[in-house]
Amino acid sequence: MKQHAGATGRLAVFRSAVQRFTFFLLVVLSLALMLVGRADTRVIERTRMAVLDAVAPVLDVLSRPAVVVAEVAGNVRELAQLRAENERLRRENQRLLHWQIAARRLEGEMRVLREQLSLVTDRPPRYVTGRVIADLGGSFVHAMLVGAGSQQGVRKGQAAIAGDVLVGRVVEVGERSARIVLLTDMNARVPVIVESSRAKAMLAGDNTSRPLLNYLAENVSVSPGDHVVTSGHGGAFPPGIPVGVVASVAEEVVRVEPFVERHRLEFVTLVDYSFPGLDEAAPAADAGTAVAAGDGGAGGDDADRDDGDGGAGEAGAAEAGARPR
Amino acid sequence: MKPSLGQRLDNGLRQFLPVITVLLLALLQVVPTRIPGFAHVAPALPLVAVFYWSAYRPDLFPATAAFAAGVFCDIVGGGALGVQALIFLLAQGAVASQRRFLLGAPFVIVWLAFVFIATMAAGLAWALNSALAGALAPTRPLVLGHLMTLAVYPPLAWMLARGHALVLGRV
Repeated sequence: MKQHAGATGRLAVFRSAVQRFTFFLLVVLSLALMLVGRADTRVIERTRMAVLDAVAPVLDVLSRPAVVVAEVAGNVRELAQLRAENERLRRENQRLLHWQIAARRLEGEMRVLREQLSLVTDRPPRYVTGRVIADLGGSFVHAMLVGAGSQQGVRKGQAAIAGDVLVGRVVEVGERSARIVLLTDMNARVPVIVESSRAKAMLAGDNTSRPLLNYLAENVSVSPGDHVVTSGHGGAFPPGIPVGVVASVAEEVVRVEPFVERHRLEFVTLVDYSFPGLDEAAPAADAGTAVAAGDGGAGGDDADRDDGDGGAGEAGAAEAGARPR
Repeated sequence: MKPSLGQRLDNGLRQFLPVITVLLLALLQVVPTRIPGFAHVAPALPLVAVFYWSAYRPDLFPATAAFAAGVFCDIVGGGALGVQALIFLLAQGAVASQRRFLLGAPFVIVWLAFVFIATMAAGLAWALNSALAGALAPTRPLVLGHLMTLAVYPPLAWMLARGHALVLGRV
């Protein structure tokens, strides 16, 4: 009897030792994961996208009721303001009709001028639209998962826009899902210009809802309300996509309120503006291309463009390129 | 009498209830809600389940399960890899070691214990993510999200307890 109790005791001690060892091993493993994950290796990325691809259908189903609830609530709200909304739209329509006339005139003028200059225009971009199936929010990441992947033609580095305003950039692509890092994310860097002064700057997210405007030339004056658009430097985004308006200017710190309303995003359009030939030429230039190219300044940008010109005109103007710009 | 294949399969699935609930809550946490600003302050739902199962069924939610669930949360949540894994692991260890105390304690005390664990978890997540990103993460959404987590504990723990009783039977 005593012997039996002794054996059980030893077994218990042994088991608790194994448990402690496992625990310790797992702690070390998670620390190792942090270091490996920091290095952003391809294996990690592929594993991550495989898992996300696997759960994408579940997320797709889960995200639908939220849409329905929001729609019903929105409908009720809209009904209440129908008359005022109608009036507002009528006025807006009138104003826009004036703009349309102006735009037509300018378009014609532009065409003539371009012809005179023999300007080489950018090839029309390709569009893929996907539903937002997950909102990866919080203090540490500002990202979204879209239910469209490499099967639908999504590629890493594509710009994500919604209703013509910039949302972010595709950083990881699975077969049927893709991860987009939003403008406001800590890792997002977008080369922009302030429209009024044509001053170049770098829009840098810091995980708050209003990203910072960095590297602004000292003698440039910026005031709240100024529009900020992409500059096209770095080649990741074409110039002129609306980004946001300057929200506050305080002692060297300029913050921009993005146009994109994150909670309203239901569909995101992924646009391939990249120069053909660039990907094949530099397969290593992935994840942070916009970041690196933007920080690096003019030298790197020019190189990108030269590369692009070499292969211009090939690859897909096909698919959904019919959208008017 | 030997259990039939169906019964064995059923039993096997029941054993995974804790892990499944954590994974489901991880997915639920990232569902787009269309509520302005909500994404920034979404509560840490999986942590509630980690706490609950570590306290009441550590046999079905051992350290390995906590680690695996944490890695899944890291991947789905898009944060730095390994952070949630470490947090879940430490939370599981801390809670499971105090389970004798927690099992007999009134609800308010258990809730306070959760407040303690969740606060530690939020602090650690902030420190690790800031260190790995090389920049301090903003604290305001973190604090708001943390308060949401604390508020969501009672109803979510109640639901987990119902599921627990329904599927696994009270122990």
